[in-house]
Amino acid sequence: MFFSWELFFEAILFGILLGGFYAAVSLGLSVTFGLLDIPHVAHPAVLLMGAYGVFLLGQYGLDPVVAGLLLIPLFFAFGAFFYRIYYSIFESRGGDNVAVNGLAFFFGIAFIIEVLLVIFFGVDQQSAEASYIGGSLELGDLRIPYRLIVAFIVAISAATILSAYLSKTFYGRAIKAVGQDEGALRLMGVNPVSVKTLAFGIGTSVNALAGAVLLIVAPVEPTMDRIYIGRTFCVVVLAGLGSMSGTVFAGLLLGITESIVLMFFGTSWAPAVAFGLLLIMLGLRPQGLFGR
Amino acid sequence: MRFWTVSLLVVLSVIGIALSDANNYFFFAGFVVLQAVVLASAWNILGGYAGYVNFGVPAFVGAGAYTALSLHLSFEAPLVIQILAGAIFSGAVGFLVGLLTVRLRGIFFSIATVSLVFIFETLVMNSSFLGGATGHQLTRPSDIPFFDTYTRYLVVVMVVLAVISVAAARFIQDSFVGRGLRAVRDSEEAAECSGVPTLKLKLLACSVSGALLGAAGAPMPMYLSYIEPASTFNLLYAVSALAMPIIGGMSHWIGPVIGALILATLQQIVTVTISSEMNVLVVGVLLVFFVVVAPDGILGLIKRWKASSK
Repeated sequence: MFFSWELFFEAILFGILLGGFYAAVSLGLSVTFGLLDIPHVAHPAVLLMGAYGVFLLGQYGLDPVVAGLLLIPLFFAFGAFFYRIYYSIFESRGGDNVAVNGLAFFFGIAFIIEVLLVIFFGVDQQSAEASYIGGSLELGDLRIPYRLIVAFIVAISAATILSAYLSKTFYGRAIKAVGQDEGALRLMGVNPVSVKTLAFGIGTSVNALAGAVLLIVAPVEPTMDRIYIGRTFCVVVLAGLGSMSGTVFAGLLLGITESIVLMFFGTSWAPAVAFGLLLIMLGLRPQGLFGR
Repeated sequence: MRFWTVSLLVVLSVIGIALSDANNYFFFAGFVVLQAVVLASAWNILGGYAGYVNFGVPAFVGAGAYTALSLHLSFEAPLVIQILAGAIFSGAVGFLVGLLTVRLRGIFFSIATVSLVFIFETLVMNSSFLGGATGHQLTRPSDIPFFDTYTRYLVVVMVVLAVISVAAARFIQDSFVGRGLRAVRDSEEAAECSGVPTLKLKLLACSVSGALLGAAGAPMPMYLSYIEPASTFNLLYAVSALAMPIIGGMSHWIGPVIGALILATLQQIVTVTISSEMNVLVVGVLLVFFVVVAPDGILGLIKRWKASSK
């Protein structure tokens, strides 16, 4: 292991950029799992679906970020529809093994999406084309890839907009409320099921944009969602379920930790960082750093 | 008594087939199906009875396999010792996972167990003794007791392990342990208040389940004569071990056995006739189908059918 302050600061800088990216891919989960308490283990698979959707539009010459924005309505509709199905199967039915079956359902969906991606796109890695992919900004000795900067900007903007929507608008506040007390919401004359449908739609639609970011940052392949189970859940649990600013902060924390491990111990240890952090967090403080 | 008679008949007939001159591929596939019975029964002890979804099955299987490998590399230990050691090590991991249940339930427990898979995989990848990312090629012992090929011997070993697992699941289900675990599944607080020693029971279930999963993984290096982390720590084990009890039915020990026989046989057929990707799709689709249409599995369907025909 070789240590120098210069390398350390470089690791932190890259960690911050990487962290913005991790926050972006976790935002959707922060809504669906964090606010609605739905065990959405298929989130990384949906995220990957977003990345492949952006890749498909990229074949027609669309810029990844534009493609991601265009896919948002489609993903919103898919998410809302998916929640309706989930609701009619589990939340309205009740019964003996609902908790186990709900989890099993999402694991099954994740694997189905994975195989469908393999069938349609093959097992090879796919990547996007854009002017900012490949080049880098040079600051003295430092070379910062433009794609990380773009990812960071998109991530922070998405988090800011989502956070503002959730705290400033009526329906945004209703979404925040539905996870805490459904009965009280019903008394205010709001239908909890339609609020949850809206929230799940929003949480899914964020994945279109986050998928674009994923594709910009690195090439994607169909089984990649498995490692992102660790990264996204790590960020959301660290953030303390459902806090958007917490999600950004937790993303940065994960990014910086991973970047430091990457720089000083080598890439082969990187996959364990998110899962290790997650396990420690779950063991010591499952309510998260900024938990309710 | 009937249970032990049937078990003995199963073991004896497998030994008989292994001594006959049946096609070798039959044993290659038979090993996988019997291993599935072990995995499903072991998973169900924790998942089905207590309602804790362990999605870290590959971590336990891999821990068993790599414990066996390290014993083989350092002492050329015999297979039985390898399996015992694998079971003990994975059982210890299971005990530690059991301690996590104090704080974690539902999806949090599942995510914690998934984490173990990736952490173990990374540890193995960075260990040159265990072969790192490229894996380890090994030679099987040349002297095989009684049988023509080593695979035939392994199938007999696996059928014994399957009987042990099913017997363990059956014993736990019928004893106060199983009743306590079911109370934990229905309401942990109520169970604790009624004097059920919930933590002790959960620790026991986690250790037994972990040990059996490890024992199922321990013969893997010998079965493949090769071991590498990416396929050993494959999440397909996790989703299969979860799907089999759900397909069969989680409330009774026979459920996972039915599910394992159906799913693993189907997987073998699909892998040979179509492709290994399709095999993943089959698991996913069957899992979702049963969860949606028949949440209590085949056992639930039979019960419903009996009730309606009366």
